[in-house]
Amino acid sequence: MFFYAPLEIDQGFVQKIFYVHVPLAIVALVGFVVGGIYAIRFLRSGDRAHDLRSYVAIHMSLIFGVGALLTGSIWARASWGHWWLWDEPTLVSFLIVFLLYACYQPLRFSIEDPERQSRYAAVFAVVGGAFVPLNFMAVRAAQSNIHPRTLSASDNLPGPIALTFLLCIVAMGLLFITLCKYELAAKNTRMQLRSLKRRLSGEAPLQRGRSAAPQEL
Amino acid sequence: MPALPLDEAGKYVAAAYLVFLALVLAYVAIMAIRLSRVARDVQEISELVEAREA
Repeated sequence: MFFYAPLEIDQGFVQKIFYVHVPLAIVALVGFVVGGIYAIRFLRSGDRAHDLRSYVAIHMSLIFGVGALLTGSIWARASWGHWWLWDEPTLVSFLIVFLLYACYQPLRFSIEDPERQSRYAAVFAVVGGAFVPLNFMAVRAAQSNIHPRTLSASDNLPGPIALTFLLCIVAMGLLFITLCKYELAAKNTRMQLRSLKRRLSGEAPLQRGRSAAPQEL
Repeated sequence: MPALPLDEAGKYVAAAYLVFLALVLAYVAIMAIRLSRVARDVQEISELVEAREA
């Protein structure tokens, strides 16, 4: 992205932030939708593995969302002279989606019963997951002040920039999948270990951990 | 706004990429701490098994 992609005429070197900011935002939004899809699968099957996948996808999307907000803010400061613009629909809508999902973990924490916790969280994830594409379309329909539209029909990215951008999206997507798999493996291992420890020590009751993640598979 | 000169723009670009790197590193560090907890749990389980076998 620094050597192959040419400098953009209008923004110059600052435009290089585009290759990390936009993929972070896109992958975060897709991750929220994936969380909703796993939540539907959980509600249909009752399989708690899907609940865990939904939780991990949303958890990881929140981290990517923080990255998108921070890098976007830095880019806005460099390009527009402001850290944040409240009258820009793209920025505000992303913040709304982010804050909506920031309520997901407190919601899980607030419910003691694991069954109800999973069910309510799944409903939240489905509603939120449906809200993301609707929100995306609403922002597309709205009049943008200065934030550019990246994935639009009228968008004519030059070949090398488009190729670099696509590669960055693929790389960010792969990073997302890898971190999700890492987190899932870690959570599954911890659950199995806890279960083994309880069985070996003869303890029956399940101790609720500090995490809002699903506790048992 | 006109395009920033390279020395000015470089700071912002470096900051953005450092934020991304810091997020990934923070996540990996947290996972490493969790892994050490898992290792401790495995140790406890091995001790429990050994105590049972003894």
